[in-house]
Amino acid sequence: MDNRMGFEEILKIPPYSLDKENKEKLLTRRLADLTEYHRENCPEYGRILESISYNREKVASYKDLPFLPVRLFKEVDLKSVPREAVVKTMTSSGTTGQAVSKIYLDKATSSNQQKTMVKIVSDFTGSSRMPMIIVDCPSVVKNRAMFSARGAGILGFSIFGAKKIYALDDNMNLDINGLAEFLEKYQGQKILLFGFTFMVWQHFYKELMRLRPEGIRLNLFDGILIHGGGWKKLANEAVSPEEFHRRLRDVCGLDSVHDYYGMVEQTGCIYMQCEYGHLHASVFSDIVIRKPEDFSECKIGEQGIIQVLSTIPESYPGHSLITEDEGVLLGEDDCPCKRKGKYFKVIGRLKHAELRGCSDTYAANFK
Amino acid sequence: MQNLGGAATHMQQTSNNLGTSGILESITYLTGNPVMVRDMAALPAKEPFDEEVMDFLNDVSRAIMGMREAKAYPDVVTFGFWIRKASLLNLKKRFGRSDGDLHMGRGIVFHIAPSNVPVNYAYSLAAGLLTGNANIVRVPSKDFPQVAIINKAIHESLESHRRMKGYICLIRYNRNKEINDCLSAMANVRVVWGGNRTISELRESPLAPRAGEITFADRYSFAVIDSEEYLRMPNKDKVAEDFYNDTYLTDQNACTSPRLVAWIGNQKEGAKKEFWEHLHKIVKEKYTFQPIMGINKLNSSYLAAVIWHGVKLETHGDNYLVRVQIPELQDGLMELKDHSGYFFEYDCGDILELKPICDNSHCQTIGYIGSKEMLYPLLRSGIRGVDRIVPVGKTMDFDLIWDGYDLSGQLTRIIKVNV
Repeated sequence: MDNRMGFEEILKIPPYSLDKENKEKLLTRRLADLTEYHRENCPEYGRILESISYNREKVASYKDLPFLPVRLFKEVDLKSVPREAVVKTMTSSGTTGQAVSKIYLDKATSSNQQKTMVKIVSDFTGSSRMPMIIVDCPSVVKNRAMFSARGAGILGFSIFGAKKIYALDDNMNLDINGLAEFLEKYQGQKILLFGFTFMVWQHFYKELMRLRPEGIRLNLFDGILIHGGGWKKLANEAVSPEEFHRRLRDVCGLDSVHDYYGMVEQTGCIYMQCEYGHLHASVFSDIVIRKPEDFSECKIGEQGIIQVLSTIPESYPGHSLITEDEGVLLGEDDCPCKRKGKYFKVIGRLKHAELRGCSDTYAANFK
Repeated sequence: MQNLGGAATHMQQTSNNLGTSGILESITYLTGNPVMVRDMAALPAKEPFDEEVMDFLNDVSRAIMGMREAKAYPDVVTFGFWIRKASLLNLKKRFGRSDGDLHMGRGIVFHIAPSNVPVNYAYSLAAGLLTGNANIVRVPSKDFPQVAIINKAIHESLESHRRMKGYICLIRYNRNKEINDCLSAMANVRVVWGGNRTISELRESPLAPRAGEITFADRYSFAVIDSEEYLRMPNKDKVAEDFYNDTYLTDQNACTSPRLVAWIGNQKEGAKKEFWEHLHKIVKEKYTFQPIMGINKLNSSYLAAVIWHGVKLETHGDNYLVRVQIPELQDGLMELKDHSGYFFEYDCGDILELKPICDNSHCQTIGYIGSKEMLYPLLRSGIRGVDRIVPVGKTMDFDLIWDGYDLSGQLTRIIKVNV
């Protein structure tokens, strides 16, 4: 990145320390640099900027920068490094038959993702490593050449674990004996649990509920659960985040529960939920809520589409993306948890368009 | 169904065994009933433009025009207008044969209407009736108010035309191969709307060896505008309204909706500015924008920019109308078409430059502003596509020649007497 602002400088800043004005200055400089960098190094991205007659001179704030739809990464290979420099290709968790996003990482971007995540998560868990329960099965991380979102999440979070145990076997059965032993061995220590929201609910919570009448219980009063991946499947079962939290506390005493929002297209920059239930943007990234009709910025409290910006991506032009998620900005710099920056909530996925027209639409398209 | 007699055997089974009754019972009937469907094979076919059929349709037209609730739906009113006596007589004049031979309906027509266009089924039914056939029509699965209004008018009119009852059966069912099999085996002609996937689904169900089929596959359309002619037109709002009806009214997703606008003449920039500004104004007033549409169009336009060099994107300050300027027309362009207000745009020097997008059988309609003669060199150039050219504002107008087929011919048979 020659003499442009390097990521190392940003990484030195404590994750929730900058107020609006200072953060805007930092992001504008770094993200405009990244835009320029990718324009020069990714020909497809360059053509996109050409098509909208992009002009850096007109960028007063990072909010003025163009954004790519996340879906574009499913349709086009976008990278700003030569193929030889790619050390990892991450894929999104598409439903069967759907195209998946392909995100190309070189050594620097991959390592920056990990460092960033450590900074963010440590702010919630403390910096020492903990015994860790991964609420998933071991096979999900086996193929290291192609990382699924689930595998990438697990590997990313694994660096916080001193000793690790998978809570499920490859048939998705809860290893209750293994877990009991694990907890006994590390009694008195803080335990980190990580998993995808639906996996935690389906294969961990439900199984513990089933075992309860048999007198089998796990005690996780000292546990801290970090989970992500979205609420879509749980919303189908009418489980709200509050209910999810309450039921986990009931069944195993787990009280420190943090949802996070993040995506494979911007790995590293996750948005952690604080003790007040708010998702937070760190100094390394930001969100802008935009109106669907014209992509102008929404006010606090106004529902819109979530744009995500990350200062990390150098090997692919994914530093400014518009998601297909809807959310609401709740405030900035004034969350009672004292973390600076924007805090928000995610409402869910945008609905597919219902169209008229001669060609029939098929329900299968909407799964 | 391997041997030649197979179809006949199958027909007998259809009217006898309990399985068929069960299948027919499982269908929802908006008009008609299972017994009527079974008896349809014995119903006499009529000659095209039969007096009773025309009287009946005219009564349906009157009933529609008399209903207050119909006024809110221009598509319903347009259909009502199309089946009024004067319009039918005009069709008779155009399509009635005076060749000395006898022309008759082919018997039973099984229509599969598209699921997301409200009134298409009614046109298909009217075409089937006018050509002298009995009709089984699968109406859209969605509960469109338009369907309820038209069906009400049909019911009322059937009361004074009881002999027409056996010729009209309106049904609803979810995708179901058994029902498709059963009704396809009965049909003398199957008419399949709904695009490629619906067609391939129906093709799983065999027709009798002598039965025919009309399929309306996925198509695309575009518009050609003479910039000078457009600038001379006095009422720009009316033009915008017409173009809106051609496009946004069906989410720009009908086979007839222009996906590209080609500009000709010497005042392109001035004409574009006026044209799109007027359209944008109407779109903002009328169109129901769905939140995902902006993302869809952004994605499609960036994809276009990635694939073709020199693409320029134009918006009007919002996501209602997205224009993608294409420097050069290429085969395959239309594979990247999108809907809900997403237009490719091309500055055309010579009309023959449009050949690449016309030279395949997917290309259906050219809507035009200007003189239609300007298109003739293109139409005569040997292209494989383009089935009709119509003025902007009329791309959706139904006719018995549709999608390149003469329905009046395909839905009738000829008894040769004039040798």
